[in-house]
Amino acid sequence: MFGILRTLWLTFLHLGHRRVTVGYPETRPALPPRYRGRIILSRDPDGLERCVACNLCAVACPVDCISLQKAEQDGRWYPDYFRINFSRCIFCGFCEEACPTYAIQLTPDFEMSEYVRPNLVYEKEDLLISGTGKYPDYSFYRVSGVKIPGKDKGEAEREQPPVDLHSLLP
Amino acid sequence: MATIHIDGRPCPARPGENLLQACLEAGADLPYFCWHPELGSVGACRQCAVRQYSGPDDRTGRIVMACMTPATDGAILSIDDAEAREFRASVVEWLMTNHPHDCPVCAEGGECHLQDMTVMTGHAVRRYRFTKRTHRNQDLGPFVNHEMNRCIACYRCVRFYRDYAGGEDLAAFATHNDVYFGRHADGALENGFSGNLVEICPTGVFTDKPFSAVYSRKWDLRGAPSVCTHCAVGCNTIVNARQDSTRRVLNRYHDAVNRYFLCDRGRFGHGFTAAPSRLRAPLARIDGRPTPVPVQDALRRFQMMAQDGPVVGIGSSRASLESNFALRALAGPARFSTGMAEPEHGLARLVADLLRASPARNPTLHDMESADAVLILGENVTVTAPRAGLALRQAVRQAAFDIADAARIPRWMDAAVRTLGAEACSPLFVATPGPTDLDPIARATYRAAPDDIARLGFAIAHGIDPTAPDVPDLPEDAARLAADIAATLRAAARPLIVAGTQYGTAALPQAAAAIAAALAAHNSAAALSLILPDCDSMGLALMDGLSLDAVRALARDGGIGTLVVMENDLTRRLDPAALDALLAAVPHLVVIDHTATPLSARADLVLPSASFAECGGTLVSTEGRAQRFLQVLFPDPPLQAGWRWARDLAQAADPGTAPVWQDLDDIVAAIAAEIPSLAPIGRAAPDAAYRLDGARLRSEPPRISGRTAVRANISVRDRPPPAAPDTPLAPTMEGAYGPAIPGALVPYYQAPGWNSVQSLNRFQQEIGGPMRGGDAGVRLLDGARQDETPRPRSAYATAIPAPFVPRAGEILLLPEPRLFGTEELSTLSPPIAARVEAAALRIADDGGATPTIALRLNGQRVVLPVIRDPALPPGIALCPPHMALRAFAAPAWAIVQPHGDDTP
Repeated sequence: MFGILRTLWLTFLHLGHRRVTVGYPETRPALPPRYRGRIILSRDPDGLERCVACNLCAVACPVDCISLQKAEQDGRWYPDYFRINFSRCIFCGFCEEACPTYAIQLTPDFEMSEYVRPNLVYEKEDLLISGTGKYPDYSFYRVSGVKIPGKDKGEAEREQPPVDLHSLLP
Repeated sequence: MATIHIDGRPCPARPGENLLQACLEAGADLPYFCWHPELGSVGACRQCAVRQYSGPDDRTGRIVMACMTPATDGAILSIDDAEAREFRASVVEWLMTNHPHDCPVCAEGGECHLQDMTVMTGHAVRRYRFTKRTHRNQDLGPFVNHEMNRCIACYRCVRFYRDYAGGEDLAAFATHNDVYFGRHADGALENGFSGNLVEICPTGVFTDKPFSAVYSRKWDLRGAPSVCTHCAVGCNTIVNARQDSTRRVLNRYHDAVNRYFLCDRGRFGHGFTAAPSRLRAPLARIDGRPTPVPVQDALRRFQMMAQDGPVVGIGSSRASLESNFALRALAGPARFSTGMAEPEHGLARLVADLLRASPARNPTLHDMESADAVLILGENVTVTAPRAGLALRQAVRQAAFDIADAARIPRWMDAAVRTLGAEACSPLFVATPGPTDLDPIARATYRAAPDDIARLGFAIAHGIDPTAPDVPDLPEDAARLAADIAATLRAAARPLIVAGTQYGTAALPQAAAAIAAALAAHNSAAALSLILPDCDSMGLALMDGLSLDAVRALARDGGIGTLVVMENDLTRRLDPAALDALLAAVPHLVVIDHTATPLSARADLVLPSASFAECGGTLVSTEGRAQRFLQVLFPDPPLQAGWRWARDLAQAADPGTAPVWQDLDDIVAAIAAEIPSLAPIGRAAPDAAYRLDGARLRSEPPRISGRTAVRANISVRDRPPPAAPDTPLAPTMEGAYGPAIPGALVPYYQAPGWNSVQSLNRFQQEIGGPMRGGDAGVRLLDGARQDETPRPRSAYATAIPAPFVPRAGEILLLPEPRLFGTEELSTLSPPIAARVEAAALRIADDGGATPTIALRLNGQRVVLPVIRDPALPPGIALCPPHMALRAFAAPAWAIVQPHGDDTP
């Protein structure tokens, strides 16, 4: 008897509370930048693709929904295709954690509903944005030792000029 | 067997091995870089430090390099010791100071020994904050990529390339931190084994360039055990594939055959599987043009053809035993040809007979490495069987090993043994018409025409055993050399005679067999190795059939209604006139092949067969070892194995009596039942019913990625894995895998903590020994040896050829294959094609100065650039087969046309 009265009391008490549910889509929630929504591929500060097709996101993905193929141009690796099957994605963010170049990032956008599953298969054109995303400054190739157009050997951060093999000096 | 105590755990160890080997064999994780099981120890990297105690009462012990310390009975050591761990951690930290931040864009990533060892030592954070040394890279040709920044200076590359493989154009330059491994200038690595640098290098300095163009991480690659199809040695390989294409070929360890290394033709020759010339659909000639037709239509067409007269099948020495056998069943044993023209056809049978009848041993490649006196009689082994050439190169080191043994220096102590034995070379005699790569390490070379080399061989046999027939009129220098070689071979403990069929004469293998037989009378360790040209030449020799010449005779008599050619480009075997005559006499030509050839362009019906990566089958190597290759790709119909096409054709022609084999094991059983000499081939590898721990074996690593996305652009629906009735390997990531996996079924090498190819150590019973799960293949030619019944002593061949006499106005063209360019399939692979040099004729110095020479052969006129070689005997010319003259493969007299005479 007391239990029933208590439940009724608590229920009526909530009548006076402020509503938690908001009317979506009229009211949109403010999501933090680190919210794990739609995945994008970002570009480095020079405007070039950050993704170096290292395959770490694909191997970290617990549902195996990322697939890509490495291609190469002038020493720079990039994905020939980059495909995410969002109908499988669980938005765990492991791919973002695995990415050594900050290329793959999760965004606060979650509005991805589709009527047919094939529409949830995103290719590189759908994923690649024109900006740097959450990490404005990082450029992998400025740190890496490989030679790319505009950065010769020894011109990366913390690098000495290439060794002169004709010198016998220590 | 000695016992050593690793961290208090007693472990068995072989006396004489080093502590590093003993630790690895005991399953311990001990990091190392510069040691390699085949190259030995030099103690350069200081990574395998352990603490060794002198006895149970020793509490202090001392840090030693495990790779430089012999394992002695009762040795006590600690890998886990705090100071040893710290030592190893600081060593790897030093090695990593200059290592670039490259792993994401490095093709070694994921199968990198340096990554594994860094993780193993626990070095996780870089404390070094100063600048890194950098290097400029070199263009090392189409096979190998160079990224010198990643080097940790373990010296493995030059030790393999120079010391082991005899290369000269890779060296170490500069000093201390700046040490550089490269060529003196940009350019392709000249040695035929340069591809092994990819597996030798513990980090990403040398990576596979063709693979880089179609790159996938190791964890994404499906693998299957395969057998190299580019020569007759039968090296074991692993084929890697992803998304319906082959990506690369890796070495698969076989204790007795190729062990740790492959030649570049085998490693980079697989590109033909993706060449644009691949056939993908049945083609029927409609209105004179090849037109794609459905399979049913193609089979119906064959049914009509088969009513026009007898079907004759031409097999191929590059097709599997199964394909050849199915064709033999289709045509009938009496109308099946081996697809080899004379003299190759007769020579293949002769070689099989000699190897079976010889009282001498038929050595494996690993046996050849331990021969202490070698005679190469008329075969350029380094191009006809490159991996055997590498084995012979090691044989020269036996003298150095003997000196080291006498000085009680273990053989794995590489630098010491090489220094001590620098002047000592076991005798190697090379008797060939032209120069070979082994000449620089040979004690003596003999340049002569093949007939004269055979005479030298018979003279040697006579010198060893006077009952062997004598050679009349031998020149004095040859007689002296023969006496010297005979004495050396007689004195040797494990003499080896190598010959082959390259020069198209039976006298050379017969002479080699005579020497081996003469030696075997005194020495049961004497060995005879005979080399055939193609991956299944020996299989066909054992299967037997008509020669192409017999097929031509049959066609002339109107005895052929339909000619079915299995994976054989007859334009490479018959000269144009002979081929035209054959095809004109045959109403219907059916070609089953995986690649479009000039012959398939003339066929009435072309059926697309599967390449070695897309089907399973058995090949018999020149040693007589039947080995199974398994499929890694599962192509969509109508592509199917050659034997399935032959079976379907047989069913179309005569459903009543046609064979009904369903899978590979059915046809293997049928071969074993019908051909006694091939009866054991079922044991070459476990059959499709093989289970490990109750499950099929997996062919994909458990961490393969992208399964739900890789085909999502075509369909988001899941596709069931392909049916794989021919292989015990499941085409998925699910299944059993472990170090006890049979050697014939290894899809990839990986062990916990060991992701690089170095994880192989975990799969061997002992380092450099047999696989834990048993070695692959079954030897077919030494049945008698296995039952220990003494073999009949072969009677010496008496057909000693007459001395070679040059002819005026003519020159004897001898086939001189090349590593790249003369083998059919590898030449279709783009990286190999990039290394093919234009055909040129090597002739004796005739005093002329013209850069080219014009020849007439069988009515064809050809102008070739010439290389004048004063060492070459006069009257002969070495000509690469199948290049300028497509059908040229056997010695032939060509008319030399004077310059200005342009008669076609």
